[in-house]
Amino acid sequence: MCACRGDACVVPTSITMTLYILKRVAQAIPLLLGVVVFNFVLIQLAPGDPVTLLVGDYPAPEEYVRQVRAEYGLDRPLAEQLVLYLGQLARGNLGYSYANRMAVAELIGKRIGPTLQLMITALVIAIIVGVSLGVIAARGRGKISDWIAQAGALVGYSVPDFWLGQILIILFAVTLAWLPSQGMRSARSVATGFDAFLETLPYLVLPATALSVRFIALFSRITRSAMLDILHADFVLGARAKGLSEARVLIAHVLRNASLPIVTVIGYNVGLLIAGSALIETVFAWPGVGRLMFDSITKRDYPVMTGILLMVSGAVVLANLLTDLAYAALDPRVRYTR
Amino acid sequence: MNEIILDARNLVTEIHQRRGWLRVVDDVSFNVGRGEIVGLVGESGCGKSMTAFSLMQLFPTPAARVASGQIIFENRDLLKLAPNELRRVRGAQIAMIFQDPATFLDPLMTLGDQIAEPLRAHNFAGDVRARTRDLVEQMGLPDPDLIARRYPHQVSGGQKQRALIASAMSCAPKLLIADEPTTALDVTVQAQILDLMRDLRAQTGAAILLITHDLGVIAEMCDRVYVMYAGKIVEANTTRELFRAPRHPYTQGLLRSTVSLESATTELFAIPGTVPNLNELPRGCRFAPRCPIANAQCAHEPPFVADETRAVACWNVERAMASEIWKLDVGR
Repeated sequence: MCACRGDACVVPTSITMTLYILKRVAQAIPLLLGVVVFNFVLIQLAPGDPVTLLVGDYPAPEEYVRQVRAEYGLDRPLAEQLVLYLGQLARGNLGYSYANRMAVAELIGKRIGPTLQLMITALVIAIIVGVSLGVIAARGRGKISDWIAQAGALVGYSVPDFWLGQILIILFAVTLAWLPSQGMRSARSVATGFDAFLETLPYLVLPATALSVRFIALFSRITRSAMLDILHADFVLGARAKGLSEARVLIAHVLRNASLPIVTVIGYNVGLLIAGSALIETVFAWPGVGRLMFDSITKRDYPVMTGILLMVSGAVVLANLLTDLAYAALDPRVRYTR
Repeated sequence: MNEIILDARNLVTEIHQRRGWLRVVDDVSFNVGRGEIVGLVGESGCGKSMTAFSLMQLFPTPAARVASGQIIFENRDLLKLAPNELRRVRGAQIAMIFQDPATFLDPLMTLGDQIAEPLRAHNFAGDVRARTRDLVEQMGLPDPDLIARRYPHQVSGGQKQRALIASAMSCAPKLLIADEPTTALDVTVQAQILDLMRDLRAQTGAAILLITHDLGVIAEMCDRVYVMYAGKIVEANTTRELFRAPRHPYTQGLLRSTVSLESATTELFAIPGTVPNLNELPRGCRFAPRCPIANAQCAHEPPFVADETRAVACWNVERAMASEIWKLDVGR
């Protein structure tokens, strides 16, 4: 991760960068621990008793209920339960899903691939399209292209993504029958490896589009405003006075400086992307973590819920950490002063 | 006088405002000889910086334009060049340095990369890295290799300005436009930067158009001076003559208002009144409302400028020269 370019790349930069990374990682640990405790308390506060789920809705002997409660340690004080929970977490044990008859870690592990595929595709689309639209809007400020991009962003940001998903299904899957409406591959598929991945692509188009629209809108707006800020900076005038081509001025100076706020907004929206993917996965029957979360809530499957909450929190913390690191890589002032 | 390399004729520059286009540079003519240091002096807002930006046809405000005139540089009218031809002049043949070096450097790029930028933009034939190193050394900066790797926030204001000058001088331009190059710097650093610019002129033969409000800088640096007031040039002369015998009442007032050791015991002098609003300019001489010797003719007829090297835009030069007109105001 060396931010300097041209001929002047040196060792000290990588050393300060390494120190910076270590510092940021160390800062993330207590945050993650806090998240674990918070999740635990949150589930305890939620209405409903997990024992009911284990025993069933039918009236059971008092003795049997007590036995189950003791077996799962649910009769111990909350603090002790928390310590036990943390101890298990430290060993990588996220618990056992009664509803799915499977370890939570294994269950999430099976579902994380499709979710990542969906999220990363949507994020890449959103960054490429959003940033491009923002650049076009800023370049043609006040012109028709700017108006169209801005109006589009307003609509795109306002449209609920689950509704948009259903409209896309009606239009492209039902009426036009161009693309499949549900799942991520044909039920009869036997493909493995890369072929299996290729097979998912047509299934990916609609959910990834529905998921990315809001972020395209958001990224185009932030790109536009960041570009406009930088376009009026003195050093851009200075760069033009050096006789640089307009493309070079835009890429090397304007977009590079504008990328700081853009990267921040992208990074801090990964959490929103996860939330959005839960809805989109439900609409498109995409077999990912989001849908698993939806199912686990309806089934009151607490271990799965806490497991997913923990994973999502970890993902958000990781995304923020990566954002800070990207920021440091882009901006030497951050690297050297903190 | 030697060969003229830049000849600006009847330059008119306007900026867009709600009420329409406002003339901030109004029918300004001046020239710069090869290897000459020419000063453009005036109060802030008089249009001297806009004149400089007009030469490059680059403006800090988006809605500005050169409305008419000619800018003859090396026998070509810069105002008639296609955008791409103009780009090849900028940074290569005419370079510019600015008032605040801190804001004119890209915070995300090393000084070395920024110094080398014009070389790369204009397809420098030699070794860009070696040339960059030479430039940094020529600027009198210590440890050139280290400085080239530094980012703007890691060096002092003086070093930033030296880096900007290095970048401007990288393609050996024939004309360097310096817009208040020392205003944002400490006094001791100011002197060093001025020395550096004088040395560079001697070494490279580059002409310098020096824009400043500081008559001290003019006296120290310039061969010739143009005095600007409210968008117009009011007096032009050699520096020696201008300081010895200022002819325009405004120039006389400017010289009176400079602080010197002798005047330290007396009251500071300031020209009474304020610079007119460019929206509501007087019909005649723009300085008439503040001028102690203005008469009816001054109020109605704009004074005529004869020639560009030794001219004064005043109807009453003889009267202005005959007595010390500004003395009348002292102790009032």
